[in-house]
Amino acid sequence: MKLRLASFLGGLIVLAGGQLAAAQGSLRLPKTVEAGAAFSIHTGGSGKGVLYIVGPAQVLRRDVQLGEDISFAPGDMHNAGHYLVVLTGGSSTEDGAFDVTAVHQPTTLSFIAKPSRLPVDLHDGISGVVYVFDTFHNLVLQPTPVSFQLSGVAGASQTRTVTSKNGVAWTKLDSASKEGAAKFEARAGNVADERIIQQVPGDPCKLKMDVRPVGQRLQLETEPVRDCSGNAVPDGTIVTFTEIYDGGQATVDVPLKRGVAKTEMPAYKGATISVATGVVMGNEIRWGKE
Amino acid sequence: MTGRILALVMALLTVALIVVGTVWPFQSALVTAGVDSGADMLRPSSTPQAAVENLATQIGRRDWEKAYSSLANKNEFEETDFVRDLAGSYPSLRSHASLDSFDVRPQHASADDAQVKLNLRWSTVVGTFLDSRMLRVVKAGDRWAVAWPIVKEPRVPPQVIPVNYLRWDVIYRGAEDDWGAQDAESPHVRIVDMHPVDRGGGVVIMGELLNEDVVPAFVNVKATLLAKDGSALATEDSFDKISHILLPRQVTPFLIEFHNVALSQVDSVHMQPSSSLVAASADPVVEIEDQHLTPGSQASLSGKLLNQSGQVVNVAHVLGTFYDNTGQLIWVSDGYAERALLPGTPETFAMSVPPDIASKVKTQRAVTTTYSSNRFQ
Repeated sequence: MKLRLASFLGGLIVLAGGQLAAAQGSLRLPKTVEAGAAFSIHTGGSGKGVLYIVGPAQVLRRDVQLGEDISFAPGDMHNAGHYLVVLTGGSSTEDGAFDVTAVHQPTTLSFIAKPSRLPVDLHDGISGVVYVFDTFHNLVLQPTPVSFQLSGVAGASQTRTVTSKNGVAWTKLDSASKEGAAKFEARAGNVADERIIQQVPGDPCKLKMDVRPVGQRLQLETEPVRDCSGNAVPDGTIVTFTEIYDGGQATVDVPLKRGVAKTEMPAYKGATISVATGVVMGNEIRWGKE
Repeated sequence: MTGRILALVMALLTVALIVVGTVWPFQSALVTAGVDSGADMLRPSSTPQAAVENLATQIGRRDWEKAYSSLANKNEFEETDFVRDLAGSYPSLRSHASLDSFDVRPQHASADDAQVKLNLRWSTVVGTFLDSRMLRVVKAGDRWAVAWPIVKEPRVPPQVIPVNYLRWDVIYRGAEDDWGAQDAESPHVRIVDMHPVDRGGGVVIMGELLNEDVVPAFVNVKATLLAKDGSALATEDSFDKISHILLPRQVTPFLIEFHNVALSQVDSVHMQPSSSLVAASADPVVEIEDQHLTPGSQASLSGKLLNQSGQVVNVAHVLGTFYDNTGQLIWVSDGYAERALLPGTPETFAMSVPPDIASKVKTQRAVTTTYSSNRFQ
C-alpha cells in the first residue's frame, strides 16, 4: 500500500515538474493546521481541477472549482504529520505542503510504571514514563508539564514535575521504607492516569531460631522474620533448616506461616543446626553440647 | 566380491539369531517384549532359578494372581499386600512403572532350600530404578516355590491433619488492556552461582538460582555457548535437572549438559534464567533426613524423605548440590522416590554421584520438588 502511494505521489510530482512555474503562486496553503481543526485552501485560475492531499495516514481527493476557496470541515484532517498538496487543472499542476500538528491540550496519557513490585527502601527503584497524546492519539510534541506523584501507605508522598520532550516525560522515584501498595499517578493538565506499585519487604535481617526437644525430636522455630526496615517478611518465604550430625545431615525447607518458620527434626547429640533464607544466614545452634 | 560375502554372512547370522531367539527365548526378553502368551512360555519350576524367573516374568506381565498363587508363603499375607508391595498403594512412579528387565543371581542352594537374588529393573518416565530382593526358594514336592519377602507398605491411620494452608493465585492482564497498563510482574530471580566444566567429552554447566521475590516462580535456565567469533556453538536448557517451582527465597541447583562440545572451544557462556508467575502452594513440607554420601565406585547420596504435611505426595524429586572444601559447587545430581510419600512416613531415595566427584565432596545440600496427582506443586 505504501509503495503504491509513493508511486502515485512520484508520478504526480513528475507531472507537476514541467508546468510548476506557470502555475506558481495561485495555491495558498496554511503553514500549519491543528489536528481536527477546520481550514481552507485558496486556489487561483479558473475551470475545474482536482486537489490531492497526501499525508502520513490519510489521502484526500477533491474535485474543485479553480479560483475558489476549498474548505475542510473540523475532523477532516486529524492525523499529525507533513502533508503534500497537489492541484491539477487543465494543463497546469501546482503543489505545496503544510503540517498538521497535535492538539496542544493532552487528552490521553500512556503511563508505563516499572516495576510493579519492588523491595522497600530502593533508591531510584521506580521509573515512570508518560507519552502524551491528544484526542486523536497524536503524540503531543509541544513541551508539556507532567507531574508524577507516588503516595504510599505511610510517609510523605513524593512529587516530581517534568516537562515532556518530543512527547515523552519520565522520572525515577525511591520506594518507601514501609511495605504496602503505593499509588503512582501521572498528570498532564486535566488528564491523569495511575498505577499501583507493590512495595514488598526486602531481605530478612537477623534471622534467629530457637530449639527445644519434643519427645525424640527437636522443634525448631524462628523468631518473627523481618527485613532491615522492620517489615514482616511475607508468609510463604522459604526458610531452610540444616542439621549436621556425626555422619549425616538433614535439611528441610519450610515456608513462613504467620511470620515464623516452624518444623521438627531428629535429635542428635552434638548436632549443629543452622538456619538460612535465600542467601541470608541466621544463627547456629549446637544441640546437646557439654 | 568381499562385500557380497559379508552381506551373505550377515543375512545367515541374522536368520540364525532369529531362530535361536524364537526356539529358546530369554525370559527377561519376553517380559520386555510384552509377550502375553501366559504360562505356556514359562519353564517348569524344576530349579530355584527357574522358579524365580517364572515369578519375575509373571510380575512383569502384572499377572498378580498367578504370581501370588505360585508363592510358597502366601499364607503369610494377602494378594493385595503383594500387589501393594510391588505397585504401591497410592499412584507413584512405581505404580506407573513397567518391568524393563530382570536378572537372577543364585547365592547358595541345598537340596530343598536356596537363596536367590532377584534384580528387577523398572522403567518409568524419569528413568529406571532397581528393586533388589533376596529371595528364599523352597522345594515343595517336585517343584520349587519362592517365599516372597513381603514389604508391607505402611498405612496412614484415618485422622485429620490441620494444615495452615498457604497458596498464591495470579490474575494476569487481559487482552483488552491498554499496552501501557502494567501486568503482574514476573518474579525476580538471580543466578547466584555458575560453574562450567569439561566432562565426559562435553561441557557441563552447573549453578544455583535464587528466587529473590516474594511470589512463587516457575523457572528455567537456558545457556548458550559462544565461540571466540561470537557465534553460538550450542544452546541447551536445564530440563529436569532443576526444581522448576521456586517459592520466595528458595534456591535450586541446575545442571545443563552439552554433548560433543569441548570447553576449549568456548569463549563465553550466555545464561538466560527465565521466570514466570505461577499459582503455587507452600505445602507440602518435606524433610530430607539421614542424608549420607557413600563414596566409592558406586558413590551415591541417599536418605529418607519425610512428608510433614497431611497431603499424599505422589512423586518426589530430590536434587543434590555438592560442594568441595572451598565451598565451590562441583556437581548436581538428582533422584526420585519410587513410592508415594505418605504423611509422616519416611521413604528412601538415592542418587548417584560420579566417584571422582564424590571423593572431593565436603558438603552437600538437598532440595525436593513434589508432585501430587490432584495438582502441580
